[in-house]
Amino acid sequence: MYAVQMRGITKRFGFVLANDKIDFELIQGEVHALLGENGAGKTTLMRILYGLYHEDDGEILINGVPSRINSPKDAISKGIGMVSQHFTLVSPLTVAENIVLGFNPGLRLNPRSIEEKVKKASDRFGVVVNPSALVRHLSVGERQRVEILKALYRNINVLILDEPTAVLVPQEVDILFETLSRLRNEGLSVIFISHKLNEVMTISDRITVLRDGRCVGTVSKTDSSEADLARMMVGRETFGITRKDEECTGKPVLQVMNISAFGSKGLVALRDISITVCENEILGLAGVSGNGQAELAKVLSGLLKPSKGQVLLGDKEISRSSPAELTSFGVGRIPEDRHEGLVGELTVEENLALETLDEFTHYGTVDWKMVRANALGLISQYQIKANPMDATRKLSGGNMQKLILARALSRKPKLVIAAQPTRGLDVGATEYVRNRLLEEKKNGAAVLLISEDLEEILSLSDRIAVMFEGRIVGILNAKNATEEELGLLMSGAKEMINEV
Amino acid sequence: MKFKFRIERTPSPLWMIALLPVFAVVITFIISMLILQIAKANPFEAFYYILISPLSSRTSALEVLVKATPLILTSSAVTLAFASGYWNIGAEGQFFAGAITAAFLGTQVGGLPSYLAIPTMFVGAFIAGMIWAFIPAWLKVKMNVDEVVTTLLMNYVILFFLSFLLNGPWRDPVSGWPQSPTIADSAVLPKLLERSRLHLGFIVAILAIIFVWFILSRTSLGLRMRAVGRGKDAARFMGVNIGQTLFLTALISGGIAGLAGVTEVAGIHFHITDAISDGFGYTGIIGATLGNLNPFGAGLAAIFLGLIATGAQSVSRSMNLPVYLGNVVQALLLLVTLSIILMRNYSIKRVT
Amino acid sequence: MNLESFILGVIASSLRVATPLIYGTLGELFCERAGVLNLGIEGTMFMGAFSGFAIAYFTGSAELGILGALLIGALSGLLMGFFSVKLGVNQHVSGLGITLLLTGLSLFLSRVVFPEFRVLPSIENIPPWNPFGKLPWLGQIFQQYWLTYLLILILPFVWLLLFRTNFGLNIRAVGENPEAADGAGVNVYQTRYFALAIGGSLMAVGGAFLSVAQLGAFSPGIIAGRGWVCIALIIFANWRPLGVLWGGLLFGGVFALELRLQTIGLKLPYETFLALPYIVTIIALAFAGRRVTGPAAVLKPYKRE
Repeated sequence: MYAVQMRGITKRFGFVLANDKIDFELIQGEVHALLGENGAGKTTLMRILYGLYHEDDGEILINGVPSRINSPKDAISKGIGMVSQHFTLVSPLTVAENIVLGFNPGLRLNPRSIEEKVKKASDRFGVVVNPSALVRHLSVGERQRVEILKALYRNINVLILDEPTAVLVPQEVDILFETLSRLRNEGLSVIFISHKLNEVMTISDRITVLRDGRCVGTVSKTDSSEADLARMMVGRETFGITRKDEECTGKPVLQVMNISAFGSKGLVALRDISITVCENEILGLAGVSGNGQAELAKVLSGLLKPSKGQVLLGDKEISRSSPAELTSFGVGRIPEDRHEGLVGELTVEENLALETLDEFTHYGTVDWKMVRANALGLISQYQIKANPMDATRKLSGGNMQKLILARALSRKPKLVIAAQPTRGLDVGATEYVRNRLLEEKKNGAAVLLISEDLEEILSLSDRIAVMFEGRIVGILNAKNATEEELGLLMSGAKEMINEV
Repeated sequence: MKFKFRIERTPSPLWMIALLPVFAVVITFIISMLILQIAKANPFEAFYYILISPLSSRTSALEVLVKATPLILTSSAVTLAFASGYWNIGAEGQFFAGAITAAFLGTQVGGLPSYLAIPTMFVGAFIAGMIWAFIPAWLKVKMNVDEVVTTLLMNYVILFFLSFLLNGPWRDPVSGWPQSPTIADSAVLPKLLERSRLHLGFIVAILAIIFVWFILSRTSLGLRMRAVGRGKDAARFMGVNIGQTLFLTALISGGIAGLAGVTEVAGIHFHITDAISDGFGYTGIIGATLGNLNPFGAGLAAIFLGLIATGAQSVSRSMNLPVYLGNVVQALLLLVTLSIILMRNYSIKRVT
Repeated sequence: MNLESFILGVIASSLRVATPLIYGTLGELFCERAGVLNLGIEGTMFMGAFSGFAIAYFTGSAELGILGALLIGALSGLLMGFFSVKLGVNQHVSGLGITLLLTGLSLFLSRVVFPEFRVLPSIENIPPWNPFGKLPWLGQIFQQYWLTYLLILILPFVWLLLFRTNFGLNIRAVGENPEAADGAGVNVYQTRYFALAIGGSLMAVGGAFLSVAQLGAFSPGIIAGRGWVCIALIIFANWRPLGVLWGGLLFGGVFALELRLQTIGLKLPYETFLALPYIVTIIALAFAGRRVTGPAAVLKPYKRE
């Protein structure tokens, strides 16, 4: 009856309680969605089931039998397979080779015979693949099918899919759902991790909602609605929202016009993005990670060239400017990953000076006194707990972020691009960063705040834009916006939005 | 009572890190012992001749510095390159470029006084080294061609060029030997101390170390080099021009290696043959690695390598062992050090 | 010399020149396909040349010499495995270290094992074999050593091994995406060790070809950078066995051609001809460099999280 039962699962990472006594049951032959926002604990729970993590407490039963799952290999041998967001395919090999890798008996590898085997499996499970194609030529949707067939080939009967539609275009999503329905009818049990309400309502039989590491409840689709689910996800009553794109008042500083761009792996990450940020304003960019925010931040930081569109800073076209040029134009940039903005092996004062090194240089030599003074000044101004000569990698996350902040803000930039500025920081550091950004805005800067933290977006922004699947799906006035509304936009809940 | 130890993945205490070079040397010599067994030689006697006997007399101790001179130069050249993450394996070829230039200029500056002739050779050799480093550097920056192979291949090309010169225009007309004409007296590097071969080149070598140190720690270019070498993505984010930085690194590194050519041609041999290098460019890589990318460390390592080279010669004389023992020990030292450096990340804790 | 015998001579000579290059490059192919850049190739070929020679000298059997070189080459590969797979240290430096070690060791041993000779003795090199006897064209081309003919078997064998066995599939997977391979149950470390051992033995045989088969002698200049040429050739060959064959033949052809051009009196310095192959290689790299993508995991040591 129950393919999988997880009881009282608890998992801690340091101080973070990722899973708090979660109960989860999967009926055989159903598609069961695991719904929740970022950080709700969905992926953690499934990684425990797949043997990538060990639970701190609780038990797991597979087909009624208590089991210990020690590794993915173990999980597969017990019939549990997982397709995660980053694919584990070897691109120069064929589809068939990828599927049989590590699972082909004997010495010999006969392409025709493995392709036949794969074709048989493909027909049997109704998962359409071309066994002789090279993986590198496949679209994302096709690759995903290969991953799914790879798991099925190993005789699993529980398939976990982690945010499978994050990288798919709508047509591919339809194909995926068709495939999943068919598999479900054959008796396969599917766990479908998602943050997207509309999809969950389309494909699942039952839905379990997680919030802040706890299980909020399990409902069946027929007894529920997007509104109910949204309420369970955020914990409050939700109403429909009226969407009307807010414009900024005041002088525009940053104008992003019809920007499209490709992300890594050649997939489209930004589709025709247009936003404007004015002086004395914080525009918050909300969205679940993976919907294009990282790429937009990269474009605006000079690290990724857009394929189409323009970016204006004032009246200067900057879509193809280099990082050094952007700094000189008065753009302060806070990267999403601290470690990509700081060289860990260099000292604090060196990292503080590098972005504008020419100002500390006389005739090619570095004026270390100036560098030291600059560092000391910034350390005190930004309350960084470090000495100028410390190796940067030794600093805590919060202090590293303050370094970046100091570098980005100390020169009174006209435009601040802040990507996930408080990610991974403790309460004190988070407060500090947020206050600093507010200060910059008060001093006349235009601030683009990209964040996965809705509370942050709501408390800091004047206007809020929401990104979903590479597009801007709404621009709201922050005064009237609520977490629920944002949550709906971020999850692509279509039926609840009235276009004005 | 038994002591049980456990190896933990935490950084070693400082005293352990300081001892690591000692461990490296000890382990190297233990392995060398095995090799010496094949040669049926007494290992301890061999160690005496390699490590101790060169230091036992003034002459031979100074000879150590003489042998170390080109190594100090190539080691600092390679240190500079590696600091930016540019794998300059072409120091050998750049050495020869400098040597050829020195041999040529040395014969042309007869009319000049020493204080002009000698700097001319050094400047010429530096430029020659830069030129020889240019092609691989350009290919790397403009076409992303891996510099390891290109710099290596350039080493062989210049040897052929040298061979052409020695068998052709530079062949000694009298003896017919493939050796270039002797350089003018004013081009000879003056000796620093009597009764030794220690020459001005040694001072130049020390200056080179200081120069590399100065670039890396005091100039903006050096800071950019270190940023590129330790965190290319962050460096790019901060606006560093990666290509330009690598290009300059490659050229300066080539120039310094070229200087080593002058020290041998104008300080020791006074002409050039194809045998004047004992793999100085490659040994420079050993020195740079042993010195852990610190120019002073590289200098010390180079002197140690010079000690081994001198010792190998005395071993060869006294015990009739092949002088190649020195090359073997140097290579072993490199490999052992590579392995041992990892131990920095581990500590041995006693389990109670 | 008429045109016909000129061309035939060039072709015959190309095969000879190409042989050690093809062995060496095939060896490097295994290493790089598995994700390891093995710069120990020059030293391995050198050690292969020496050990093959020494064993052939003392046992009187060239075949034993080749076999011995093969085994020693495997050891060299495993040594590289120790540094790149076990320790995960920088592959450039460890490979060079191995080259320096093996080269120095070979020279050292050559003096220890043959103390009484100032110049090493020659051994009878393997007589070339000619299956076509006095046939007009084939007879002149196929005057080659058995190691060269062996390539006719080895090349398809390498191809089969890489593309038609599970072991080869594992190698290719491990060299592109070791995490994926590990997840699928492939033992990444073991696969790499095996690939390096096979690679090392092929490299050493390439070196032994020169000393035992072709020249019947050993000297310090016997390899003269061929190992590095192999490193370049593999890029040129796009990491495929067939590409190695063409690349080796092409290179061998260029070299053979210029040697021959020299004998018919083309008035360029001898050294130009010697240097040309290396220069050509650099130029080839410049063109190949743009579209190059070797196995994606090369130079990245793999440590399971």
